[in-house]
Amino acid sequence: MSPLNPDNPRMNDDELADLRARLDTLQGPDFWRSLEEFAGTEAFHRYLQRAYPRQASAWNPAMDRRAFLSLMGASLALAGLSGCTLHQPREQIVPYIDQPDGLTPGRPQFFATAIPHNGYAQGALVTSREGRPIKVEGNPLHPATLGRSDAWMQASVLSLYDPDRSQAVVHLGQPGTWDDFFQALTAQMTALQATRGAGLRLLTGTVTSPTLAAQIGAILAQYPQARWHVWEPVGRDSVHAAARQAFGTEASTLYRFDQADVILSLDGDFLLSLPGHVRYASDFAARRRVRQGQTAMNRLYMLESVPTITGAMADFRLPVRTSRIPEATATLARALGVTVPGGYTEVLPEAWIRHAVADLQAHPGASIVVAGDHQPQEVHVLAHAMNAQLGNVGKTVVYTDPVEANVTMQAGSLVELVRDLQAGQVQTLLMWDTNPVYTAPTDLDFAGALSRVAFSAHLSQYEDETSALCQWHLPETHILEAWSDARAYDGTISLIQPLLAPLYATRTAHELLEAVRLKPSRSAHDIVRDAWQSRRNGEDFGLFWRKTLHDGLIAGSAAPPKNVTLLPNAVTALPPAPAASGLELQFAPDPTIWDGRFANNGWLQELPKPLTKLTWDNALLVSPKTAAQWNLNRQMDTDGRHPNRVDSIAIRAGSRRLTAPVWIVPGHPDDAVTLTLGYGRARCGRIGTETGVNAYVVRASDALWFVPDVEITRTGETYPLACTHTHHTMEGRDLIRVSDIAEFRRKPDVIHEHERAPERPESLIPDWRYPNEAWGMSIDTNVCIGCNACVVACQAENNIPIVGKDEVERGREMHWLRIDRYYTGSLNQPQGTYFLPVPCMHCETAPCELVCPVGATVHDRDGLNEMIYNRCVGTRYCSNNCPYKVRRFNFFHYAGGQPDPDKLNANYDNPIIKLVANPEVTIRSRGVMEKCTYCIQRIQNARIDAEVENRPLRDGEIRTACQQACPTNAIVFGNINDPNSEVARAKAQPHNYGLLTELNTRPRTTYLARFTHRSQEEAG
Amino acid sequence: MADLERLEQGHGLDRPAPVLEPGQTFASVEEKISDLVLKRPLHPGWLFGFGLAFAVTMLLLYALTWLLIKGVGIWGVNIPVAWGFAIANFVWWIGIGHAGTLISAILLLLNQKWRTSINRFAEAMTLFAVACAGLFPLFHMGRPWAFYWLLPYPNTMSLWPQFRSPLVWDCFAVGTYFTVSLLFWYQGLLPDLAAMRDRARHPWAHVVYGFLALGWRGSAIHWKFYETGYWLLAALATPLVVSVHSIVSMDFAVAQVPGWHSTIFPPYFVAGAILSGFAMVLTLSIPLRKFYGLEAFVTQRHLENMAKVLLVTSLIVAYGYAEETLMAWYSGDPYDWYIIVNRAFGGYGFAYWLLLACNVLVPQTLWFRKARTNIAWLFVLSLIVQLGMWTERVVIVVQSLHRDFMPSAWQTYYPTFWDWATLFGTIGLFAALFFLFIRVLPMISIHEVQELAHEAEGARAENPDVGKIAGAEA
Repeated sequence: MSPLNPDNPRMNDDELADLRARLDTLQGPDFWRSLEEFAGTEAFHRYLQRAYPRQASAWNPAMDRRAFLSLMGASLALAGLSGCTLHQPREQIVPYIDQPDGLTPGRPQFFATAIPHNGYAQGALVTSREGRPIKVEGNPLHPATLGRSDAWMQASVLSLYDPDRSQAVVHLGQPGTWDDFFQALTAQMTALQATRGAGLRLLTGTVTSPTLAAQIGAILAQYPQARWHVWEPVGRDSVHAAARQAFGTEASTLYRFDQADVILSLDGDFLLSLPGHVRYASDFAARRRVRQGQTAMNRLYMLESVPTITGAMADFRLPVRTSRIPEATATLARALGVTVPGGYTEVLPEAWIRHAVADLQAHPGASIVVAGDHQPQEVHVLAHAMNAQLGNVGKTVVYTDPVEANVTMQAGSLVELVRDLQAGQVQTLLMWDTNPVYTAPTDLDFAGALSRVAFSAHLSQYEDETSALCQWHLPETHILEAWSDARAYDGTISLIQPLLAPLYATRTAHELLEAVRLKPSRSAHDIVRDAWQSRRNGEDFGLFWRKTLHDGLIAGSAAPPKNVTLLPNAVTALPPAPAASGLELQFAPDPTIWDGRFANNGWLQELPKPLTKLTWDNALLVSPKTAAQWNLNRQMDTDGRHPNRVDSIAIRAGSRRLTAPVWIVPGHPDDAVTLTLGYGRARCGRIGTETGVNAYVVRASDALWFVPDVEITRTGETYPLACTHTHHTMEGRDLIRVSDIAEFRRKPDVIHEHERAPERPESLIPDWRYPNEAWGMSIDTNVCIGCNACVVACQAENNIPIVGKDEVERGREMHWLRIDRYYTGSLNQPQGTYFLPVPCMHCETAPCELVCPVGATVHDRDGLNEMIYNRCVGTRYCSNNCPYKVRRFNFFHYAGGQPDPDKLNANYDNPIIKLVANPEVTIRSRGVMEKCTYCIQRIQNARIDAEVENRPLRDGEIRTACQQACPTNAIVFGNINDPNSEVARAKAQPHNYGLLTELNTRPRTTYLARFTHRSQEEAG
Repeated sequence: MADLERLEQGHGLDRPAPVLEPGQTFASVEEKISDLVLKRPLHPGWLFGFGLAFAVTMLLLYALTWLLIKGVGIWGVNIPVAWGFAIANFVWWIGIGHAGTLISAILLLLNQKWRTSINRFAEAMTLFAVACAGLFPLFHMGRPWAFYWLLPYPNTMSLWPQFRSPLVWDCFAVGTYFTVSLLFWYQGLLPDLAAMRDRARHPWAHVVYGFLALGWRGSAIHWKFYETGYWLLAALATPLVVSVHSIVSMDFAVAQVPGWHSTIFPPYFVAGAILSGFAMVLTLSIPLRKFYGLEAFVTQRHLENMAKVLLVTSLIVAYGYAEETLMAWYSGDPYDWYIIVNRAFGGYGFAYWLLLACNVLVPQTLWFRKARTNIAWLFVLSLIVQLGMWTERVVIVVQSLHRDFMPSAWQTYYPTFWDWATLFGTIGLFAALFFLFIRVLPMISIHEVQELAHEAEGARAENPDVGKIAGAEA
């Protein structure tokens, strides 16, 4: 446990061996969180540094005259907004709940809509307060969400009120108007009519909207020479290509995880990245929930190139580089009896294959082989073949017609567009829902090609990289202000209705396309409504319209299962794999800001990434072994401003290079580095600009997901990263308890074996009695997938400010709910990765209450530990005495944008942002403590309702924000006095335990233990 | 203190140095001490010292103003280390104050005559130290303007402080301490203020001293009441020496933070307080006697006695360190044990070894008479001990908090410029107040030294008078 030796900061092989030896001696509940398992391993961390991205922004929003003018104009326009002039859309929209006489002031309304993610609709139910949407939940009727949500849905309200959103038309850098644009467009289109649309190109993201597709179709019919290109940086080309290769027809694959006993994931992050991930997470968890007498669990095998939350849930996980996944898949397929022509290297351990294959074969028709979208089409074809071989098709794996309106090879489509651009064959380019200047493969030089277009217009919510290079930038309506429709992963069609009239002079893509058809005056409402009216001939359209808006979806619109058969020669030889020796650069969508579209969302920027717990930056992720080979360093600034200052390294892929900081991730495959997309934005607003490293600059059209044989060089520079968990080990404390399910079946109290003290020591003082309700929470760590939906939901519900990178580095993040992450096993191949959400425990004998000198934190009659903000004087003693460290302190006036008003867009003093605030939750001022309240505002609302209706509170009537958002139902809240409540039943489970109960805190929040399903023994 | 006596006697010294150099009379004492204020011209050294201290005080003002403008976030505190330098400084300053009370009250009751010539400025030191200390809990609050909510004052909402919180006890303890110290100091000043009034030439000085002397005429009845009051206050102040720092220690001991939750804390804190307090008295008295020529009043004997106190309290503190470590191991509590190991070998390990060296190792030189009589060494040592005690407070506050129960929440604390500015600012404030004190008030108790001189004279006249003090005691 030698301290860091400054003379020799590098860990040599002996030390590494020593470290491994020490790790091997760990037994039982010796969990570790990462590489600092022992104090000595601090020397192990070596990281790199990197300067800020070179593309220094030429556009400084604070200085720019035009930005100043537009902000000025907006603030004048919005000065009234913060008063009472905010209005609902002019058109009729339908509240979800039964509202007899319209809006009751002070009562929220709920509207069903849908929020597309990567093009696929996710059914949402939005809470609206006096005409302003403040909270997004899943729509319980919607198959993609089932009332659940993810972090992106939760954060979408903040984007709506982002003051950096584009608010006006910009023409060649000068303010313009929509009328100017329509005039110019009309002239352009009139000219195009003569050439039947030659030179007219559309570039979009994935489109699933039937109405939009119909509009595009109409344009293409009117202008037969026009072309429609699609580019999505996190695209699904290989999925579509594989379907064509395997079945000879277009097909989408849906999975029924609720019916699968054994799942083999080939780098498929179905819990966070695949379309329908919220539903998949819910289905997956349904087969993992353990209760007494119900101990059957599914089993997940996973090959993973980039550690994801899906891999964290796997019972058997192998880190495999992206380039090796095809070989690994082929090995598995062959073992399953699929004929794979050609030769390849077998890269998987034989025992692993045997185990997985035997298990899959033992569950025919009840297993799933799922491949990651980014994997090459051969892998998908093999997955189809394996599913067919296992008899899963039609049972756990269902094929449908594609949901996308234009199933095209996007990369090819984009290449084609660029080629035509460069050839000068494109006169008119209209783009929306895409940002190709930033996201297009770097070899295409989209920016250069774009400059050759005579008429380019870009509809987007931000004046971004692409807008800057177009003649026309058009401000786009946010999805919560827009009329539209979209299809979910399974084809279900949702109508998207606005929650409020557009805040700015923005338009939707529908309106833009109508303008292309020379009908610029039609509103999106009319367009969408008319489109549906024409489709719904002969029925009571009014009723249909109202019901669809109310429900948020068209019942029965899911794509029907499609009968497809595997073509006999579908499985072809694998493409040659790159040389085994080289270092590989892998790309992945970012778990918080995805492909960069959420870069200006402060909630998502400050959201700790599920596994690395980094905020505000991406980093090159490497395995501990590879990092050791590179002698990477991690150090602290002497002034402590940057406790995680890591080495930056330069990566060179052919002629392209970038410099990025390095972060070590246990379980990352060796000889590979991963960089997530979405960072290094040059123009996206004040939050997202100058965060992280732009991965797109090394991403080429022929190597979208990995670049083989990259070279690295140390730069000698360092870069500070903001990590919310600076200490990574659990120090042998049994904070998360894990057991194998077989052991649990034999010994139901297995997880209590290591407890040091009784949960409730003898006392002469009688227990305090709670005659009414006693609120409690149970968190099932066995189904917690660490997806962060709860964290953002809590932030949205409780007006939790963001604090900025510097303050996170200082250790002052404000999240009331944090998700701890632990590892077991060896450094390079952790056996398990576990998540532990930690909200306030609401201890019955709360240590915080004892020490508060002014009684600002007290118990209420239901046993809640309450925080009285306006009594708090800020001694912070309560936080010191809280063993769970769940209290958060306003060191600055964070809610007012302090300490850096320019960088924080969650500043509730801002007239626009303040609209997002939940009026039922106090905005905390500087100098007061805050923490999880169990969403007391929701408790009180339900109680008032119950009292008005003169009935007792019902179980399940109150749902906390985290509970409501959780896609896997891991969080249960309710009255523990009622033995029949769900929470009381959860707490009665033998695997229920409390954190640090030996301190006699008697927490009201307890946990259900995590189980692995590694032994082959099945439930009796 | 009996220990002290035994130590003194058992050491087999030839002859202890006198507590007052021979040849002092009533007149010479009064003249010498009061002339320092009334006749001595403004010395450039004083001006420089005061100017420097004042400048640093301005730094304090600047730091506190910025704190009020921006918030407590300008300091390095975070979650979990929600208390940083501020609370460590508070404990340190309060501890320094303790020596003054110990000298003036306990040594008075124990009839230790050597206290006489150092008690005045030691008490002043107490007052100033407590004033500095009081700033920290006030300004470390998130909302300092609401500080009075910690006091039980009548209000329309019938809100009271939460009396189970040690911070409320702190309020009372420190408030009482400051009040009693002030009264004790002021009453002790009365006869001297009267002497100053009588000797002052400048009309304004005459008036001001006269006003402050409250009409003291030195009549027998005055002296009777004076003695009664003074001894009563001494008796009242005596428990405070122990209680104030005990209660301060409960800020920590009552919490369940590993490294804080320990029953040894009250005595251990008191010993540490006296250690740092006596070090501060040495720091102040050595330059004072040199620059103001007070060798006759603050003799080698004083310095040596204080050195002995340092040695004893250093040993008690060492016992505290050992006990803490032993109990962490013996209790089998993994959290406590982790903290102790981390204290020595973790990120703040250097501070732990520094404090051990300063508070335990270096004071061991005081076993040797040569060291105790080497004034330069004593001065250096007093500074070392103060550094050590300050480090100890920081280690207790910061190191314990930064590694508590949930490793996922662990963070490290780094002081910022403003942390340092506030610390040094209070040192500047303390020094500035002290410079003013020695400039305008008699820094040594005239009447008590006169009493000593009287006794010494009597002793020389072979008049075995037990002295007034013994009489008053009866």
